[in-house]
Amino acid sequence: MRAYWKKNQQSLAPWIFLAPGIFMFTVYVVIPIFQSMSISLYAWDGLGAKEYVGLSNYVELMDDEAFYTSLNNNVIWLVLYLLAIPAGLFAALFLNQTVRGIRLYKSLFFFPFVISQVVVGLVFSWFYDPNNGLLNIFLGAFGLDPIAVLANEDLVTYGIIAAGLWPQTAYCMILYLTGLNAVDPEQIEAARLDNAKGLKMLWYVVLPQLKPATFIAMVVTVIGALRSFDLIAIMTDGGPYGSSRVLAFYMYEQAFSEYGFRMGYGAAIAVVLFLIMMIYITAFLYKMYRDERGL
Amino acid sequence: MFHRLRTLTAGLAASTMLTSAVFAGELVINTDTSDPAPKAAFEALIAGFEAENPDVTVTWNLFDHEGYKTSIRNFLTADAPDVANWYAGNRMLPYVNAGLFEDVTDVWDENGLRESLASAEGSMTIDGKIWGVPYTYYQWGVYYRKDIFEANNISVPTNWEEFLAAGETLKAAGVTPITIGTKYLWTAGGVFDYLNLRTNGYEFHMALGRGEIPWTDDRVRATMANWNQLLEAGFFVENHAAYSWQEALAPMVQGDAAMYIMGNFAVAPLREAGLTDDQLGFFQFPEINPDVAMAEEAPTDTLHIPTNASNKEDARRFLAYLARADVQTQINETLGQLPINGASTVGDDKFLQAGYEMLSATDGGIAQFFDRDFPAEMAKSGMEGFQEFMVKPERLDAILDRLERVRLRVYQ
Repeated sequence: MRAYWKKNQQSLAPWIFLAPGIFMFTVYVVIPIFQSMSISLYAWDGLGAKEYVGLSNYVELMDDEAFYTSLNNNVIWLVLYLLAIPAGLFAALFLNQTVRGIRLYKSLFFFPFVISQVVVGLVFSWFYDPNNGLLNIFLGAFGLDPIAVLANEDLVTYGIIAAGLWPQTAYCMILYLTGLNAVDPEQIEAARLDNAKGLKMLWYVVLPQLKPATFIAMVVTVIGALRSFDLIAIMTDGGPYGSSRVLAFYMYEQAFSEYGFRMGYGAAIAVVLFLIMMIYITAFLYKMYRDERGL
Repeated sequence: MFHRLRTLTAGLAASTMLTSAVFAGELVINTDTSDPAPKAAFEALIAGFEAENPDVTVTWNLFDHEGYKTSIRNFLTADAPDVANWYAGNRMLPYVNAGLFEDVTDVWDENGLRESLASAEGSMTIDGKIWGVPYTYYQWGVYYRKDIFEANNISVPTNWEEFLAAGETLKAAGVTPITIGTKYLWTAGGVFDYLNLRTNGYEFHMALGRGEIPWTDDRVRATMANWNQLLEAGFFVENHAAYSWQEALAPMVQGDAAMYIMGNFAVAPLREAGLTDDQLGFFQFPEINPDVAMAEEAPTDTLHIPTNASNKEDARRFLAYLARADVQTQINETLGQLPINGASTVGDDKFLQAGYEMLSATDGGIAQFFDRDFPAEMAKSGMEGFQEFMVKPERLDAILDRLERVRLRVYQ
């Protein structure tokens, strides 16, 4: 036994270190994924007996207009949420100066990420309030009519995304600030000697060195956009009449909410969301794998 | 040091074993009465029960009102309390069907509750058995700004024409007739309920709730046509889809709106906001169809025993205590609502008296509210449809078609 251990210690040790993590991950993430997939094949109210219905939940999903609204909103979220990345980049570039008290400003800019998303949602609800909200007071100062953003089926998703961009920009900003610290000063010097300035310097010298930071920011932003739930639940409760729903919220409504007793249907929606996420997860894992291999 | 560690772990193990044992005479109650008045009412109720039954200690777990609606599904199966509060009618149906509520017909029979709680027996009965004990209900109707009506010489409307005329006068005076907040949808259900009960009657409304009538039926369209009259006349506040019912109180308090179709629980916050009894009044929702008997909405709150409870004996004693006339009088005084027990006295408040008179004289039937008379999924789609209709009345056909499709799937 001891001889075996001594001989294979190098290759076995990593597995032993990883074992608790793998165990937790398997029990709390991997197995529940398969359980959800299995539940999506049943009709179940969460309280009584399960009834096997095969793929009928998915067939019903195809005809459900609320599902298509949610899917559409998820795509809008995915595309517009990515605005947090350039916004975070410019905030980081702006704050990357050695002015007195810059640390205070960095903290203030980071603050939105620290507070709970529920609080962000509440604050923006008040901001958008048709009667007393800041937005409409601001519009009124220009002589424009007040807009009820959260009550308007066309504008509501954009209004909520705007609220979500506030903390997400702060997060991307921190990633870039750390990245900017690691930018090689010699390369900047060399570029300056070659007369590079401003935007050219940014695009050709700084940005390529920020690639790891951009990569992480992208991963987190995409996953955050697909997972968005708190803001929608707080700001509009899926409304008006379901126009701001996203897949995560629709799943909650169908399976867990006050009027939702359809676990199977909710699980089917969750599986669809998972498959969408798998596209991105696979792409990212593949990229990371290639980077590790040094390609 | 090692010796101390061993005694410490032994002590910890022993104490955890002690806490997991359930003592006889311990009653666990879970409620969602987190608002100030219901909380005070339950404190008094539990104190009174413990005083009369010194052999029972009550552990009361108070949940947040909204969070309770999801927690109840968990705690009824795992770690069930001995008593839990919930609602009557279709709201308790999923739990009754899943066998999670205890049949308490014996409590009703032993304590003569079929006589004293007669008005609520129907809404507590499923499959011929009774599943809980109701302790309060409250009226719904139109709460209005008496002073604004008087200032504009508007008398209380008793029929549809007068109601529309009153709205016109209010609009001319720059006041929005009705305030409403539909962000959480159920308030629109209340408006639909009253319009449907007044246009087509209680039996039709209940049949619609049982899924026996298609949503595309002409009589449903008649109700929606009446609603459309109100929408076209600009009766409701703008942007109601962005407001909760509490936020919609503000226009009424500030005098920008004059009426609120609400339950009696709206009175307490309106009074707290500063409206006096001279400014605030109540009237029964006006008659629309003279051929139809006037029916009212009066949602009932109830207490149940979970099937997985450990101390059902004391739980039954608690329910019997709750059903007594004097106990119900006391609870409802604090709650500001109406007792179910026929022998209880109604509080001296003018709104309670008005509600009591109205409900006692109701021969048209008492409904429980849209999301309690209709099954959960139908209720959700229905209320969403109503909110959409209120904002986009031109989509009526699409909305009714969608509701019809939901009906065909839900009622099987």
